[in-house]
Formats: sequence, structure tokens, C-alpha cells
Amino acid sequence: MSKKLINRRELIRNAAIGGAALAAPLHFVRDAHAEAYCNMPTGKTVTLGFNVPQSGPYADEGADELRAFKLAVKHLNGEGDGGMLNTFKPSSLKGNGILGKKVVFVTGDTQTKSDAARASAKRMIEKDGVVMISGGSSSGVAIAVQGLCQEAGIIFMAGLTHSNDTTGKDKKRNGFRHFFNAYMSGAALAPVLEKAYGKDRKAYHLTADYTWGWTQEESMKKFTEQIGWKTVKTVRTPVGAGDFSQYITPVLNSGADVLILNHYGKDMINSITQAVQFGLRDKVVNGKKFEIVVPLFSRLMAQGAGDAIKGVYGSTNWNWQLQDAASKAFVKSFGKEYGQPPSMAAQTCYVQTLLYANACEMAGTFSPAGVVKALEGFKFDGLGNGPTEYRAADHQCFKDVLVVRGNEKPKSKFDLLEVVEITPRAKVEYDPKIFGGELGPVNAKPC
Amino acid sequence: MDAILLQVLNGLDKGGAYALIALGLTLAFGTLGIVNFAHGALFMLGAFTAVSFNKLLTLQKVVLDTAHKTPWGDPVEIRTPYVEAMFGDFGKFMVDWSVPLSILVAIPVMLLIGVIMERGLIRHFYRRPHADQILVTFGLAIVLQEIVKHFFGANPIPQPAPHIFAGSADVGAWLGLAKGTIVYPWWRLIYFAFSAVVIAAVFAFLQLTTFGMVVRAGMRDRETVGLLGINIQRRFTIVFGLAAVVAGLAGVMYTPILPPNYHIGMEFLVLSFVVVVVGGMGSLGGAVAAGFLLGILQSFASMNEIKSLAPGIDQIIIYLVAVIILLVRPRGLMGRKGVMED
Repeated sequence: MSKKLINRRELIRNAAIGGAALAAPLHFVRDAHAEAYCNMPTGKTVTLGFNVPQSGPYADEGADELRAFKLAVKHLNGEGDGGMLNTFKPSSLKGNGILGKKVVFVTGDTQTKSDAARASAKRMIEKDGVVMISGGSSSGVAIAVQGLCQEAGIIFMAGLTHSNDTTGKDKKRNGFRHFFNAYMSGAALAPVLEKAYGKDRKAYHLTADYTWGWTQEESMKKFTEQIGWKTVKTVRTPVGAGDFSQYITPVLNSGADVLILNHYGKDMINSITQAVQFGLRDKVVNGKKFEIVVPLFSRLMAQGAGDAIKGVYGSTNWNWQLQDAASKAFVKSFGKEYGQPPSMAAQTCYVQTLLYANACEMAGTFSPAGVVKALEGFKFDGLGNGPTEYRAADHQCFKDVLVVRGNEKPKSKFDLLEVVEITPRAKVEYDPKIFGGELGPVNAKPC
Repeated sequence: MDAILLQVLNGLDKGGAYALIALGLTLAFGTLGIVNFAHGALFMLGAFTAVSFNKLLTLQKVVLDTAHKTPWGDPVEIRTPYVEAMFGDFGKFMVDWSVPLSILVAIPVMLLIGVIMERGLIRHFYRRPHADQILVTFGLAIVLQEIVKHFFGANPIPQPAPHIFAGSADVGAWLGLAKGTIVYPWWRLIYFAFSAVVIAAVFAFLQLTTFGMVVRAGMRDRETVGLLGINIQRRFTIVFGLAAVVAGLAGVMYTPILPPNYHIGMEFLVLSFVVVVVGGMGSLGGAVAAGFLLGILQSFASMNEIKSLAPGIDQIIIYLVAVIILLVRPRGLMGRKGVMED
């Protein structure tokens, strides 16, 4: 009888062979590499970064965006009533997180400043290990963070950003925008303004002095001049100016009979309130009643501006009073959670989170390369805006645009905007080449 | 002509705010020799006294209306402020007039804050260099800001003017011009009138009372007044409290013009220092004159005709004028020899 002993060499050799045999299948499993792309999730959770203005002139929008992000995460993880997960089609979402990993999130305050937003996003990428960043409420911020995400190899799902530049000259392959833009606002609003106020009007623009304001002014000027209006003057105002009186007083004697306020958030609340205080809406100029137009309108702003917005025309990405099944499901879910209906900023952020999660499920990976491929040209419905397409050429969503007016007789404190027209997608579509810019290659490299 | 008159009005209401803050700043400097960088924070604290008073008045009783449902299926909430429930129409009046009523609260509150600030911190820095004073008061301003931010958040909180003053006045008709040629918001006119009254009251107090006479004497020669057996320090403490009240009242009345946030004082502080320097360090009359002058100039610089000649001039006019005045008159418009020259 021989006694077989395992010596040290044999032990090491067998252990090495055994280890290699056990690890071999993992080589063929996607995402099993050490770090195939930036912040590849390796545990049981996946972290998303929500970078919103929690202070500054767009803070109200930021607060509502954050509410929506939290609700989306809840629904993705299979909690709550599911909201628009139940109406979204075609959907690969299962309500078990993303690719089986529980969704967790970190938040940051952009302060409505590009440098603060970039610092916050950088912290999320480098310290918190996020695979996707969403948020915004300012195009300056969105463009800055989109650029950072492109450099870092992270997906950026833009929140509220309306500048033509976001998916125009500053577009990036890793960035996607669901929200509509200034061009679409101008194209949708002009025919309605023509019907309401006629062809012979003189417009004066007060414009927030940054990328969104500039493109909003440019688009409104282009489309109102196409219907025969003349532009008397365009004046740039600093963001967060607060007191706009020194910019409003020159309007009174300018000969203009329409004031177009290319302002948003608290700036718009202040400027329209002060314009009304200065008696602009009671004036008769050139034999016509003086009118105010706010190209980008939101319910939160309308709430802040009170009576000043009654009868004022504008455009919006979405309204909580829409009666389609998806909008109703979202309003019910959001209202139950927070006791108020969602704003358009909330809707776009909620939708962007779901679209990102769905793209990961479709691609079977969190890798930016897979996500970009899944989102480019993706056609979907059931998220509140009707049939929508993520155009591959510029990563801009195309869908119908709502033209709204400040409600003269609101039935509740939330019933502030009435939808006067739904402009079909075909009328607001444009050639992606008109705004220039290049998407460039996808960045899916490790951090 | 209409445009010029409008800009004058606009300049007067802006100038009113600048003059009020600069007046308080000069009072503190002229009496105690303190360069008070926390003065903007006093403006902010005044504004938040109005916000707090309004919040107190609008504490609400919530009743659920089960007959009506929200779109998400909850019963509609009917909210009524307690003061309205308790006092009816008088309660409604109090809520509507909360900003002017806040003045009554702000006077004792700001006086107390001013005295505590002077006794608790600033008195320890009388004999220290101005650089130390700037650092400690600036630090204090940041602490006060952060405290307000903690309790009220970072966002501006709108404070409506009384309903009766919500619209605008036809100033053109008062001046015999055609109806509607010059309209100006009521509350801004009231702010200008209010600042004129406060400035006049401060000057009257300093010029027509024995207390004021002693303070003025102390501002000229503190040592001699002390040798006469007068406790000038106690009077100066009260004057510092008075400066805090003036800044606070400027803040209270400004809330319907610009919704206050924790940072509002800093926005005014830099401008106010420019106003004080242009007016002449330590000169009360200079501070008031420079406040109105710079307000009007800033307003005129915003006219399109001016901006077409010099684009962006509205953003730099105040600093440009300050540079020119200091080059021509290094002590400012009404500055006295020897102040800040040691």
C-alpha cells in the first residue's frame, strides 16, 4: 500500500490550474473585466448622479427635478406604483433596478453656475463612481457638464436645457437631450402669435445673457420676423439680475408693442412681475394693446409670477393637465408622493432616467458604447409626449410641442397654464446641420 | 423727455436704497471709526425680519375638503391663516400689510442686534488696524448669512407689497403730461419717499437734539468730549444701533422690490462702499448725495441711446464715476481732511 502525499509544488500547480479553470467562464461574460469603461458597476448597485440647481435663479426647477429623479429611482427599483414604467413602450425595464442591480443615487448642487456644476459632476465621477449624470436647468450648466462627461466617458442625460447649442454646436456623442429647444419654441409659437396679435407688431427683447438666452432670442427673432413682425431692440440682461427696472423703463418709450422675455426661472418671475408693475400690459402703443410673450414657460414660474402671467403666451415641453394615459399615471404617482403635480422639468428628468435605464437593459451593459447605440434613433411612446424619437444625428428628441397661455380663470393653484395648441413634430423639425457641431466618437474608455 | 423723467425716477428709487445703506455705514464709521463689512448683513437681517413676520402671520390652519379630490386622489386642502380665522377682515389686512407692519418689529429687533454686535464683538476691535476690522466684520457677515441660509434656505422669498400699492401711478398726469406717458410702480415711489423720510429723520436727530450734538462733537474730537465728562462711548453704541436700524429698515422696505435671499446684503455692500468712498469717508451728507447721484447715473447708463454709444456702460458706470471722482477729489465729494489718512 502506497501512501500518496501532495508536495508543495503540486499544491501550487493544482491551485493555479483550478483557479484558472474557475475564472475562465468569466472571461466570456460581458462587463467582467477589471474596468472595461469608466465607473463600471461591480457590486450589487449602480450609482446615478443627479446634478441640479438647489440654489440660484433656477432653484425651484432644480427642486422639482430632484423629486422626479427620486421617484424614477423608486420605480426602477420596483417600489411605488411604477408610474410611467407601466405605459412606456417598447420597454425592457423589469422593475428590478438596472440589469439586476439596485439603483442608488448621489446629488449635487449646480448653483446655476457652470464652474460649480462641473466641480459637482467631477466629484460624482471621481468619488461617487457614477455611470450616468443627469440634471441641468440651465443650458450653460448642461453644456459644461456634457463636455465633462464626454471627456470622462460617462453618459449625460440632460435635464432642463433649452438652448439650441446643447444638441447643436456643442453636441457630444455621450450626451442626450429629451427636452425641446429654442428653435422648436419659435417655430411653434410664431403661428399662434400671428393669429392672436396679427402681422404688424414691433417686438423688444430682454434676453438672459448666456447661451440659452442668445439662441432663444435668435430663434424668436427669426420666426417672428418671418410672420412680419419687426424687432425694435434686443437687450441682454445679466442672469440673476433681480431688479430689472433699469431694463424695463427703456421699453416704455421704445415704440415697441410687444415685449419678448427671454428669461427663465426666477429671472422671468422678476422681469414679468416688474414689467406688469411698470404698467406695460395696460399700455396702448401704435394703436394696439401692449403684449408680453414668454417663449419658455413652466408652471413653477407661473406660480411665482401670479396674476402677471394671465393671458401671456409661451411654449412648454409638457403639462400636467395632458390627458394621455402616461401623463395621468405620472401625475398620479408624483402627486401621491409629493402632494403637487410635476413640472415640465420634473417630467423630462423622470423620462431621461427611464430612457437611460431602458437603454442599458437593451444593450445588456452600462458601457457608454452600448447605451449610445441603444439610444440613437430609438423610437418610443408612453412617456407623456406622444410618439418620440431620439434623432441619431444630434441626440435631440423630436416630438410634438405645446403652446400654452397663462390661464385667465384658474380652478386651482396648479391650474395656471392652458394648452392652446399642440404643434406637430413635423412643423418644428429641422436639418441637424443648421446648428453645426459634431457628435464625435463615443468615449467608453476607463476613467 | 418722458424717457429722461422715467430714468430720473428709476435712479431716485435705486439711489434711495444706496443712500440708506451708505448712511448707516458712514454713521458707524464716523462715530466708532469702524469699517463695518457686516453692514450689508444688517440690510439682509432687516429683510428677513419682514420675511419672519410674514411667515408668522401666515401660519395656516389646514382643513381637508373630502368632497373635492386632487388629480392624484387626495382630498383638497383648504388653508386659512390663523390670523384670518381669528380676526377676520382685520387679519386679512394684517397679512396684506405685513411688509409695512414689519417696520414696527424691525426697529427694536435691529436696535438690539446692533447693540449686541457692537458690545459683543466690534468694541474689541476699536484700537486694531482697519484690516483687522474688515476681516472680523466680513467674517461676521458670512456667519450671519449662513445662519439665515440654514433657517430660510438659499432661495429668494417673495414678499408682496400691500394690494393697494400693487399697480403703478400715473406720474405723467401729476406733472401735467398726457395720461399714461409716465407710469411708475407705486411701491418704488413709496420706497423713495420712505428713504427720504428716514434720511431726514436721521439728520434731524443728529442736528436738532442734544444727543445728536454730542455725537457730532464726538465724531469731530472724541477725546475732548470725553474730557468734558461725557460718556461718549455709550452714545456711540446707541448710534451703532441706529445705523443697524437704518440698514434694517432699508432691507424691510426693499423686499417687495427684490425677493430677499441670504446673499442680498453682499450684493449691496460693495456698491455701498463705493457710495461711501465717493461721498467722502465719514461724511453723512456726502453718503446721501453720492447714493442718489450714483443711482441716477446707473439708471441713465441703461438707456439704449447711451448703451449704443458705449456698450456695457450700465455695468461699470458706478465704478467708472468712482475712479474719476477719486482722481479729481481724492477725499470724495464731501470728505473731510484727516479721515482714514493716518
